[in-house]
Amino acid sequence: MTREIGTELPLQQQESVVIRFAGDSGDGMQITGNQFTGTSAGVGNDLATLPDFPAEIRAPAGTRPGVSGFQIHFGSSEVHTPGDAPDVLVAMNPAALAVNLSDLKPGGIVVVNTGNFKETDLKKAKLERSPLGDGSLEGFRVISIDINERVKKALEDSPLSAKDVQRCKNFWTLGMMYWLYSRPLEPTMNWLATKFAKRPELVEANQKALQSGFNAGDIHEMFQGRYEVPACDVMPPGTYRNIMGNPALGLGLMAGSELAGLDIFLGAYPITPASDILHQLSGYKHYGVVTMQAEDEIAAICAAIGASYTGYLGMTATSGPGLALKTEAMGLAVAVELPLVIIDVQRAGPSTGMPTKVEQADLLQCVFGRNSEAPMPVLAASTPSDCFDIGIEACRIAVQYMTPVVVLTDNYLANGSEPWRLPKLEDLEPFEVEFRTDPEGYQPYSRDEKGARPWVKPGTPGLEHRIGGLEKEHLTGNICYDADNHELMTNLRHNKVMAVRDSIPTPEVFGPESGDLLVVGWGSTLGAITGAVDRLQKKDASVGRMHLRHLWPLPAGLDEIFSRYKAILVPEYNMGQMARILRSEYQSHSFHSYPKVQGKPFTTTELMHKITGILES
Amino acid sequence: MIQSKLTKKDLKSDQEVRWCPGCGDYAILNAAYAALAELGIKKENFVWVSGIGCSSRFPYYVDSYGFHTIHGRAPAFATGIRTANPELSVWLATGDGDGLSIGGNHMIHVLRRNVDVKILLFNNEIYGLTKGQYSPTSPIGHRSKSTPFGSVDRPFNPLSVALGAGATFVARTPDNDVKHMNQTIRQAAAHKGCAFVEVYQNCVIFNDGAFDEIYDKKVRKERTINLQAGQPMVYGTEMDKGLRLREFHVERVSAEDADVWDPHLESPAKAFLLAQLDQDPDMPNAIGLLRQVEAPVFEHDVRRQVDEATEKKGRGKLADLIYSSDTWEVD
Repeated sequence: MTREIGTELPLQQQESVVIRFAGDSGDGMQITGNQFTGTSAGVGNDLATLPDFPAEIRAPAGTRPGVSGFQIHFGSSEVHTPGDAPDVLVAMNPAALAVNLSDLKPGGIVVVNTGNFKETDLKKAKLERSPLGDGSLEGFRVISIDINERVKKALEDSPLSAKDVQRCKNFWTLGMMYWLYSRPLEPTMNWLATKFAKRPELVEANQKALQSGFNAGDIHEMFQGRYEVPACDVMPPGTYRNIMGNPALGLGLMAGSELAGLDIFLGAYPITPASDILHQLSGYKHYGVVTMQAEDEIAAICAAIGASYTGYLGMTATSGPGLALKTEAMGLAVAVELPLVIIDVQRAGPSTGMPTKVEQADLLQCVFGRNSEAPMPVLAASTPSDCFDIGIEACRIAVQYMTPVVVLTDNYLANGSEPWRLPKLEDLEPFEVEFRTDPEGYQPYSRDEKGARPWVKPGTPGLEHRIGGLEKEHLTGNICYDADNHELMTNLRHNKVMAVRDSIPTPEVFGPESGDLLVVGWGSTLGAITGAVDRLQKKDASVGRMHLRHLWPLPAGLDEIFSRYKAILVPEYNMGQMARILRSEYQSHSFHSYPKVQGKPFTTTELMHKITGILES
Repeated sequence: MIQSKLTKKDLKSDQEVRWCPGCGDYAILNAAYAALAELGIKKENFVWVSGIGCSSRFPYYVDSYGFHTIHGRAPAFATGIRTANPELSVWLATGDGDGLSIGGNHMIHVLRRNVDVKILLFNNEIYGLTKGQYSPTSPIGHRSKSTPFGSVDRPFNPLSVALGAGATFVARTPDNDVKHMNQTIRQAAAHKGCAFVEVYQNCVIFNDGAFDEIYDKKVRKERTINLQAGQPMVYGTEMDKGLRLREFHVERVSAEDADVWDPHLESPAKAFLLAQLDQDPDMPNAIGLLRQVEAPVFEHDVRRQVDEATEKKGRGKLADLIYSSDTWEVD
């Protein structure tokens, strides 16, 4: 099937490439990107991807708000981020070109579908002149193809309507990109055959379009050569699959509940970008998962707490505005000391903000944002696949310490993808829950060595008791307004959460053991920080890096680590919230905050500039 | 769940009851003890859930499992509890503020979903625990701490709210008639699905006598009508008056011309008409059973989907989830 038409052209090896597919939201750019990703993973590249789609479901076709993009960075060496600037931009219409062109690397390749550059198309994109002829594309290598026409010709025998034929454009384009980067067609051919198994005419048309796009690469005047990005040879051995953060988190929660020996009850209210977790878990009914789409965010968490009360592992998944609504119930979960996993897939705010853009500005809300003293562990995932591990960790802490736990991810992790080395299930350590059933000496607010109170299922004879939001007497749990008891209970709740520190590792430092600068990150900044610090270390810069996954309580040993560096840089997608926490917890060190609140991740380049600037000063 | 009957004493917790002396809540609590004891349910299988307010202290006084939660959200907690474990007999104590104001949203949704939770809404037409502000059931013109010139809010009729939300069981009972309360609570317990019981409850401190014109022993027979399934709608000191339902209104007639009441009608239209009789000073207020119909119970269907999926596919294995999708090997 993969006739090597273009083999006589020179084949140039590249270490890594960043491609951005951009088109109208109806153009199938996400499918195109995902197919390119799957195929690249299959040939052994390391990779990272990031979709960029509008919040609007179907913005008017051809307009700038309707542009949907998908960026993939793939390479033969380790890939840490979806890439700073694309090497190649595929623009399916004028709006996609206008929105994305400024990101393209100087000298980069622009593939333009000229079939969509009529007067009306330009008008929809609010362009007075066609960028194809006004010099805007100077400095780029422009490949102009009328893809509309090509697809029409390729499928002239197809029984599909003219409109449906045009919907095969994305596969024609994908075929051409497969040719350019020497990728096999089989994985996508097979995917199409399965996907449209019930519509053979669609299978045939799309496969034909894919093949035709591939064959078109042979036209020498379009491309002077082909590229090859060999398999990555530094990936540790194992079984891999490509995964995005949201599904990885969903699987982590499934694994965590199994390790706890409990079934999941997820109460959730739809909110971007967390809804996919509800969608995913609602499909796992045969795993005993109960999901409930509640009437609002508050009911979602309250139902989950109710389920935890009966012995389920209660969970809720939301984003910043939803978390704000859940705040009071989170305080109740602290007071009644029941396990609960609260997922916050952060997005840019305040208020509704930019629901499809990245931010890490819910940190202080999670650590401190409740009435009175209501401490709660807070965790953060650092890569899409780390969402799996952090999901397990949240379940462990919740059941071992009888406490609500917040998991922070963000829009960038939720929808970004990377290869995931699958864990061996037998290596995962169980933390099976034992419910109290013995009435002998039972007291609802007695505590074990971790500070956790016993978990009793309603229905257990002889252990009838009442819990609630009113302050409780130590041990008995009876309502109690005694001054000393309140202080004691406040301390017990605080100490219990801080004791989580005893069960978590000190994070590893990568780079020199001591030096001029330590870059401390948390959450989704890991890829960008790793890329920047690794490159500077190769130039012998005195810079190390460390990443936090446990944000509250912070792990032990940080003070000692910080003391080995002259300064500490804290890059984050907020106005310096982690820097603020570190300054208050570790007052003898010099922390530089590096805030970014553009709804966009750090580029490796800007981080390198920042680090270099500090090192030189 | 069946065992030999409990006594009232078995259900009394060791906690000191802290309502104001003379509060209607005491009578409700006593009626509940008696009714619950007769249900044949083991005491460890009761869960009393509440929000915030005077009524919401209820769980502390019943020696079973109890969860005193946050303001207005008790229906959501109860939904989670009942869905996670349908073996439990879940009861909810709430008030006009907790259940219809701050928690109005959860109230309508627990009713529409038909979660098998028994709801006792203590309506005293005032905020008690916050010390005397008007509530969403206070009448227009009501003078309270926050309405010194009289309330201008149009009030809710709790029965109409419940009927409008699609409740499958709707009843009303007065706190000064223990026998009626007991009977109503037992009817609610026997219903398969969500039961909504409004209790006319006297707040002796902030709204004393709010229902005297309706349910004082001297006037109660003239001012209330006890709706019972299959019984003629008659009332009055001599039981000589009756009600007849016309298309869009209710007529007063003599007892022999009264309609027979049927709370099982598919349409809630007649129940609506009867619920709203309290707007008319010449009409008796409806107490008793306004509506009882069968409908799918939320948690049964939720669990059925889980059971059916498990039966069809077998209990899922974690490895199948993780090692699914397209995988590849790196050597």
